[in-house]
Amino acid sequence: MRQRIYWSKGLNMLTPLNLKELSKQPELFAPGHRMCTGCGAPIVVRMVMMAAQYPLVVANATGCLEVSTSIAEYTSWKTPWIHNAFENAAATIAGVETMYRSLKKQGKINDEMRFIAFGGDGGTSDIGFQSLSGAMERGHDMTYICYDNGAYMNTGIQRSSATPFGADTTTCPVGSESQGKQQQRKDLTRIMAAHGIPYVAQASPSHWQDLMRKVRKALDIKGPKFINIISPCNRGWRTKTNDAIQLSRLAVETCYWPLFEIENGVTNITVTPREKKPLTEFLKPQGRFKHMFAPENAWMLEAAQQHVDACWDRLQREQTLFVQPGTSE
Amino acid sequence: MKTWHELPPGAVITEPGSSRNFKTGSWRSYKPVWNEENCIQCMLCWVYCPDTAVKAEDGKRCDFDYDFCKGCGICALECPGKKGVKAITMQEEGA
Amino acid sequence: MSRMIAATGNEAIANAMRLANPDVCSAYPITPATEIMHIFSGYAANGEVSTEMLLAESEHSAMSACIGAAAAGGRVATATSSQGLALMWELLFIASGMRLPIVMGVCNRALSAPINIGCDHSDSMGARDCGWIQLYSENSQEAFDNMLQAFRIAEHMDVRLPIMVCLDGFITSHSIESMRWVDESAARAFVGGYQQSIPLLDIAKPASYGPLILSDMYMEYRKVHEQVMAKVPQIVSQIGAEYKGVSGRSYGLFESYRLEDAEVAIVVMSSAAGTTKDVIDRYREKGIRAGLLKPRLYRPFPYEEICRALQHLKAVAVLDRSDSFGASFGPLYLDIVASLCNQPQKPVIINKVFGLGGRDYMPDQAEQTLDELIRIAQGAPVTCAKEYIGVRG
Repeated sequence: MRQRIYWSKGLNMLTPLNLKELSKQPELFAPGHRMCTGCGAPIVVRMVMMAAQYPLVVANATGCLEVSTSIAEYTSWKTPWIHNAFENAAATIAGVETMYRSLKKQGKINDEMRFIAFGGDGGTSDIGFQSLSGAMERGHDMTYICYDNGAYMNTGIQRSSATPFGADTTTCPVGSESQGKQQQRKDLTRIMAAHGIPYVAQASPSHWQDLMRKVRKALDIKGPKFINIISPCNRGWRTKTNDAIQLSRLAVETCYWPLFEIENGVTNITVTPREKKPLTEFLKPQGRFKHMFAPENAWMLEAAQQHVDACWDRLQREQTLFVQPGTSE
Repeated sequence: MKTWHELPPGAVITEPGSSRNFKTGSWRSYKPVWNEENCIQCMLCWVYCPDTAVKAEDGKRCDFDYDFCKGCGICALECPGKKGVKAITMQEEGA
Repeated sequence: MSRMIAATGNEAIANAMRLANPDVCSAYPITPATEIMHIFSGYAANGEVSTEMLLAESEHSAMSACIGAAAAGGRVATATSSQGLALMWELLFIASGMRLPIVMGVCNRALSAPINIGCDHSDSMGARDCGWIQLYSENSQEAFDNMLQAFRIAEHMDVRLPIMVCLDGFITSHSIESMRWVDESAARAFVGGYQQSIPLLDIAKPASYGPLILSDMYMEYRKVHEQVMAKVPQIVSQIGAEYKGVSGRSYGLFESYRLEDAEVAIVVMSSAAGTTKDVIDRYREKGIRAGLLKPRLYRPFPYEEICRALQHLKAVAVLDRSDSFGASFGPLYLDIVASLCNQPQKPVIINKVFGLGGRDYMPDQAEQTLDELIRIAQGAPVTCAKEYIGVRG
C-alpha cells in the first residue's frame, strides 16, 4: 500500500496557482543579481520560491546562480542562504536540516520551515553527485533542485554529464577529428528515482504551473525529493537573449525534456505534448548544435532523435505499468 | 571602501535582498515598452522575467522596473497580446 | 578530586564530546579515529546525548554537513584522521573563513602514499595554514582536557573559529592510560551552552553565508582572520587557567619541562614528549642541564612566548613527526626558528625528523639527540642541520 506522508499544512491559506494571486506575494528573490541577460536560472528560482508556501532555508552550490546572486555585500536572497563549496550543496543542506531536527527535538526551535538546495547540472550530476546521493539515501527532509543548463556554464561552457549528445562545448569542441560531445546525457532524474526516494520530477519554466505544482507537492512530502528543471543558457546554447522560455517549451514539445514525476516509484507523465515535434526544432535555433546539420553529420541528428524517442517511449510504457493513485490495490 | 575593521564576521550578509542596491538596468541595449491598450493582463511577462522587472500591484502588471530590466526581450517574445498585436515591443535604448 | 580510571585516547575524546553534548555530529569512519564515533554513536543511541548523528558518505560530506549545521546555529563536533582530514582540506578553509566554531578530534596518522595507518603528524601539519586552531595532546588525559576546553575556545565570542584537538594515532588513541575524568556537572557547567551569532535557522533575520568576495576586499577579510588568531593565545591561556578550578589541572600554551635553567633542550609535541621527559630526567641525574619544551597550542603559534622560553639555551633540537618535502625542514622546526631568528642571542637549532608512519620513538633517539646538543653547546660545529632519526641506512 503506497503511502504519502504529508506534513500538516502549516499555512491555512495556500495562494492559488494563478499568476494574479501569486503576484501579490512578497518576492523572495530580489533583482539586481548579475545573471546574464535572459538567463533561465533566475526564472526557475523565482518560480520555485514563489510556489513555496513555507519559510525556506536555501543552500546553493558554486556556479552561475551562486556567484551572481551573492557578491560582497549584495545578496538577492531574502531567505536564509548558504553557499559552501561546489560539490556539497546537498551535504550542506543536510547538515542544516539535521541541526534543525536536533534543535526541534530539544525544544529550542519551533518554526516550520523547508530546506532546499539549488545546484547546476555540473554541481549536481558530476562533482556533486556523491553528496547528493548520500543525502538522498540518508532520508533527510530536503528538496534538491537542479537547474540544468547542460554544461559548466559559469567557467565558460565546459561539458558535463548532463550535456546533450552532439553539443559543442569548450572542452568537447567541434573540430576536424571530433564533433562535439559523443556521449548521451546521463539521466539524472531516473538515477535519483532509483534511490527509492518519495518524489522525483522533471519540470520546465515554460510550463510554470506544472513546475509550481511539483514544487508544492515536493515540499508537502516528508523525506528527500529531487526536481530537475531545464534552464536555458543563451551563452552556452548560442541562442538569443529572448528565447529561454521558447526553447524550454520546445524541449518539452520535442520530448527532449519530458515533464513527469515519479512518486513512491509510480511514474506519471504530467504534460503530454499535443503533437510530438521533431527534435530538430529544438536543436536548430541553438548554435551549439549547428554542426549537426551538416550533411556528413546526419547520423548525429538521427542518433539524437532515436535516443529521445527511446526515452519517451520507455517513459510512456512505464506509466502504463502502474495503477493510477486513488484506485484500490 | 571598507577597512578591515568594518567587515562583517565571516563575510555574512545580513541585509536580505540587498542586491536591489545594484541597478542592472544599465546593462540594457534594448528596452521593453509596454502598450497598456494591448495588454490582456495575462501576467506571463511578470512570471517569465528573470529580473523581477515587471512591477505588479493588486494582481495586475504595471510598468517595467527599468532600474533592473536588462532588456532580454523574453517578455516581448512571450507576450500573447490582444488580437495578434503584442503589448510589449523592444526598442533600442537611447534611440 | 575524581578517581583514577583507565581509558584510551579515543574514549577520552568521546567522553569529552559527550559532556559537551553537541547538537549535531557528522562523521565518517577512518582508522584510528573511527572508534570515537563508535563510542559516541553508542551515547546517541542510548539517549545520553541530544546529538543528532549524520553518518555522511565521505569526510568531505561530513565536514560539509558540519559547516551547514554550524551555520544553521548550534554546537557541532566531529573526528577524523589522515586521508579523511586530507579529503576535507578545501572545507577546512571554508569553515574557518565563515567563522564557524566546529570542534574536531584528529587522531594523527600518516598520509598516503604509501598508505599507512601508523602515527605521524603529516595530516594535521598539512592543514596548519587553514585557519583552524590546533591543540596537541601528549596522552589521554590531555586529549580529554583539551577537547573540553576546545569547545570554550572555539565558541568564545571573540574567536568563533574551528579547532582541532590532535592526539597521536594508536599511540594515544588506542593505548589504555590512567587518567581522571572531571565531575560531570562541573564539566558541563564549564563547557556551557552555545549561541551562534547569526544562525541560518533564524528565518526572521535571513542571512547569506558564503558570498563571493573579489580582490578589492578579500585581503581585508584575511587580515581580520589574522587579527582574530592573534587574540587566541590569550584566550587559550585564560580558559586553561579556568580549567584548573574544574579539574585541578591547568594548561598553558606549551609545557616547559626543566627548561628554566637548561642549557640544551628538545622541542617535541605529543606522546614523544612523554618518552623524552624520562630521558631528560636521566640526563639531569648525570648533571647535564637538559630540558624540554612541548608545544600545546600549535596554531596560532605563540612565537613570543616560545622565544622567551628558549632564548637562553645554547642548543636546541626540534623533533618533527612530519616532514615538509622540498622545504627542507620540518614544520615545527620552521616555526621555532621563526620565533627566534630576530633575537640577538639565540640557541643553535637543529632539526630531527622521527616517528613517521608509526615508527616507534625510542629513548635512544632522545639520547642520541641530547648527546649531539651537548657537543654543539660545547662549541662543536653543526655537522647536520636536519636528519631523519630511527631510520635504517
